[in-house]
Order: sequence, then C-alpha cells, then structure tokens
Amino acid sequence: MKTEEIVTVLESKFGDQITGNNLKNLDPWIELTPDALLPICEFLRKDESLSFDYLACISAVDYFIADPKKAARADFEPHIEMVYHLESYTHGHRLVLKAILPRWKNDQEGELPEISSVSSIWETANWHEREVFDLSGIYFCDHPNLRRILCPEDWVGYPLRKDYQMPTEYHGIRGE
Amino acid sequence: MSLGMQVEDPRVVEFDVRTDEMLVNMGPQHPSTHGVLRLVLRTDGEVISEVIPHIGYLHRCAEKIGENLTPVQWIPYTDRMDYLAGMNMNLGFALACEKLVELEVPEKVCVIRLIIAELGRIASHLVGMGAYGLDLGTFSPFLYAFREREIVLDLFEEVCGARLTYSYIMPGGVTHDLPDTITVPPGLAGLTESDPNERLSWADACRRFLDWIEPRVKEYHTLLTKNAIFIKRTAGLGILSKEKAVSYGCTGPVLRGSGVNRDLRRDGESIYTRMYTDFPFQIIVPPFEDAPPESIIGDNWHRFYVRMLELWESLTLVRDGLDRYAEIEGDHRVPPPGKKNTADWMKLRLPKAEAYLETECPRGQMGFYIVGNKEANPWKARARSSSFCNLSVLPDISRGALIADIPAIAGSLDVVMGEIDR
Repeated sequence: MKTEEIVTVLESKFGDQITGNNLKNLDPWIELTPDALLPICEFLRKDESLSFDYLACISAVDYFIADPKKAARADFEPHIEMVYHLESYTHGHRLVLKAILPRWKNDQEGELPEISSVSSIWETANWHEREVFDLSGIYFCDHPNLRRILCPEDWVGYPLRKDYQMPTEYHGIRGE
Repeated sequence: MSLGMQVEDPRVVEFDVRTDEMLVNMGPQHPSTHGVLRLVLRTDGEVISEVIPHIGYLHRCAEKIGENLTPVQWIPYTDRMDYLAGMNMNLGFALACEKLVELEVPEKVCVIRLIIAELGRIASHLVGMGAYGLDLGTFSPFLYAFREREIVLDLFEEVCGARLTYSYIMPGGVTHDLPDTITVPPGLAGLTESDPNERLSWADACRRFLDWIEPRVKEYHTLLTKNAIFIKRTAGLGILSKEKAVSYGCTGPVLRGSGVNRDLRRDGESIYTRMYTDFPFQIIVPPFEDAPPESIIGDNWHRFYVRMLELWESLTLVRDGLDRYAEIEGDHRVPPPGKKNTADWMKLRLPKAEAYLETECPRGQMGFYIVGNKEANPWKARARSSSFCNLSVLPDISRGALIADIPAIAGSLDVVMGEIDR
C-alpha cells in the first residue's frame, strides 16, 4: 500500500488524532497525538491490509538549542519527537510515526514527559524503550521493566538530551 | 520444647534461607559470553527459570559523538560497533548518508562495495562458526576459521591498510580502488604453496583464496554441523518460533533460522538492493533436507546452519562480483550532488531531512537514522543494532534450559557487544 492510502485509512478511523504528515520526505511520516499512540499502533498491527509486524527502531530526537540567540533564530519550539519506524513483512510497506512530546512534563524541569509503551504490541519495544528512557529521559507508561539499560543504574541525567551536562565525577572517578 | 516457645511452621521458609533457587552471575568477564555481557541466571538447581541480561559495559556514547562530527568523521565509529564486520557497518552508514543527500553511486562503486561487503560477511560468519565451536568446547574449528579469516584480513589490508577497523566505505564511494598489483598475502602463499614474492592483482589473489576455501567449507560441515556431539548440544534447544522472532525484532540468521523468508539484500530499499540485482543468490531459509531428525526449525542448529550456507552463497557472490569488476570502468568515489570534488564531503551541509536505512549485515539488519538540519553535523545519528534485538530474545528462549546450554544458546544468536552497546 502506498503511504497516501495508509494515511487515508488512518484518518478515516482516527480522525483528528492524526495531527499532520509529511509525505514528501524520503521516509514519509505521520504525526499523531501522544495519547493516540497505543490505539493507532494496535490498529496498525492487527489490521489485515496494514499488518505492520516489525518495529524497526524507536528514537527520541531532542529539538532544543541551548544558546538563546540561536534558539531565537530556529524555526521550531523546544520539544522532543518520538520516531517509530515500522515495516510490514507480509505487505512490504514502511511507515514512520512521530509523536511530539514536551521536553519536560508540565514544563517542570526534572519531570519526565510521558507516553504509552507499545511493548504489549511489539516485544522489541521493551528494550528500545528502556534505551530511550535511559538516554533521553522519556517515561513509558505501562512498561513492564523500565530501568536503565546502557548507563549504570545509578546514573543521573539523560545523556542524549541537548542540554546534558557531563558530570565531573562518578563514584570518585574524576572525568573532564 | 516447653509450651511457651513459638514453633515455626516448617513449610514457611524465609527468603534468605531458601535453598530452592539460586542467583548465579555469569559475569561480564566470561569466556563464553561473546564480549562483556552479564547474565544473571535465576536457577532451580541446574535448570534455569530466568535469564536477565545486563548490558552497557561497552557503551562508548557513539550516538552522542555522532551529533558533534560530520558523517565522514563518524565512519570510524561505525567500524567499532560491530567490529567483526566493520565493512558492513561502514556500508550501512555510507548508504544512509547517500540516501539523505539523494545520491546514487555509479556501478563501479556498487561492485566494489558488493565484493568487500560479501568478503566481510564470509569473515564474520567464520568467526561466528569458530567462536561457537569454542564456546561448546572444541578448539579446532576455531583455528581453522581464523586461519581462513587471516587471509581475508590480509586482502582487506592490501585494499585499505587496516585489518579490523577499516573506515573504507565512505559516503560517495570507497576510499581507494582495488589495487592492481600486490604481493601475494603471506597466509595465502603458505597455504597454496606459492612463491611468497609473487606479484599479482588483488582480484586474482581473491580468486585464489576463493578456490582454496571452497573445498574447505565442506570440511567444516563434518567438523561441526554433522558432528553427533554438536547436534546433541544444539538441536532442539533455544527454540524461537516465527511469531516471537518477528515480534522481538530479530533479524538476519536468527530470523531466517526460525523460518521467516526475509533478506534485505532482496527485500530492502532500492538504494541497497540495486547492489545485488544483477547477482543472483539463494536466500537460506529452513526447512533443510539434511537437517538431523532431532532438530526443530528455530533451534540453535538451524541458526548455525543458516550461517554456514550463507557463507557458501557469499563465495559465489564475490566471484561474480570480481568477474563484473574486471569489465567495468569508472571512479571509485564521487563527489556529493552539486559539488565537484570528493573532498567536499568533509564540509557538506546536510539537507533539512531525515533518512533511515537498514542493511543486511552478517548479524542481522543494522539500521542508521540520520536527521540533518542544514549543518555539517547531523542533528541526530542513531544506530539501530541487530544484535540488540537478537539478544533481547535470550530470556525467552532459554527458560527451562540447563546452565550449560546458555553458552550454546547465546552463541547461536551470534551477538557482538560493540554493536549492542555502541
């Protein structure tokens, strides 16, 4: 199925929870509200004509510029984009889902933004979401085992965020 | 004994005196865990009830570094991800960059990349086979595999100067053309009893290697694949069903060993499959007629056999590639679109777009996601590793196995920690 047809099917079923799309990009994407992620993903997985059974990658891209002068010239507001790359083994089509999250929940620094976990739909999301939680600080609701996977368990901070400050010391070991 | 004493109910045992469950640590330093992998085994005597993998001991923050370097500068970091198949890692990232800037490289580059990538696949599967034998206790297949791998590494050294971390395949092409005259690699000279000072072209040395290894691959089947002890240790264990393999995102030989007919060299995106369209090859999927009766589709033995047969197919691909290379002319590296010099890749400003591309690496499908933002450094450079997803299936397939089966199951998944931790 072409991406335009997939968008039509989704928009007819989910209406205004699909907030945008960019079908001209190299990998066309569909943007949705974070609350709609779980029902839309279930539909994408279970529907016979779509049957997206392979979740390739979950990424969190941090759109934030620390320098206030450069931030004023940027064409985006600070936010985090959750990017899901899906593929179907049976039909061969690909799709990219995006959900826009605030960088901090309720704009309170330190409170992690929340989104539902899709690990009940694709088992591979279990470890990918742990990695995104570890490195970018997104909280996944209903995740069976959300703890750090690459950094040590007692690490503080979320390294892949653009405003991350490297700690000068860890357990007495001095860093730069 | 007196009536005032509290008698404890012997059926209720406190947790720290329970003797029915043990937590055994198969620590990060272990000869059979394929790198720094820590497995915490919850066992009931010898039978495992749960395996909890802990990773991150080799995390080198490659993705954060990727946001501060241009793609050309980040290529050496991709080498070090799956360090046993560095060429394929380079190819994956170079193709992702080319997809982002919308460049299609000429045919000569595609043929060179095909030869090199398939030689890399041969080298990687040799390690997979040899290390698997080593995990199970046999030493000879390991030494045979590394003897063959030495020749491949010598050939790679003639091409790009490095044996493990090549940084050879760059966006736009390859750094050097295949050399016209080299001295015959010493390992090959010794094994084929040729004059060690003989000068020949790289392509002829490669052909001599292929002629030499072809009959030897059949020997490896008698050493391992058809060995009764090997079959007893691998057949019927670590069974991964099709649905689970797809749901856990397993790819490569792990997925094909469970019976799913999928190979990105045929099913991937066109920027990648165009390398393979003129070169026919078989995609290895069970059922196999010569599988032992104890084995089940999706067990360790099938994953191992898929790798062995893929090695055989790669030999044909390299041969066809060399024949095609002899007929073709052109540049081995092209400049970015709209520019005149290959050095312009260093300062290229990435377009405001994003691209994700998966390629079929020896261990599975390796994906690279690049987001460009009109600067030379990418806004985001993410590597989706195949071994990461392949390892996540380990807790599921090793429930109920014995402790001694864990190296067999983990070895059949053929994971490399550099790729998992990045």
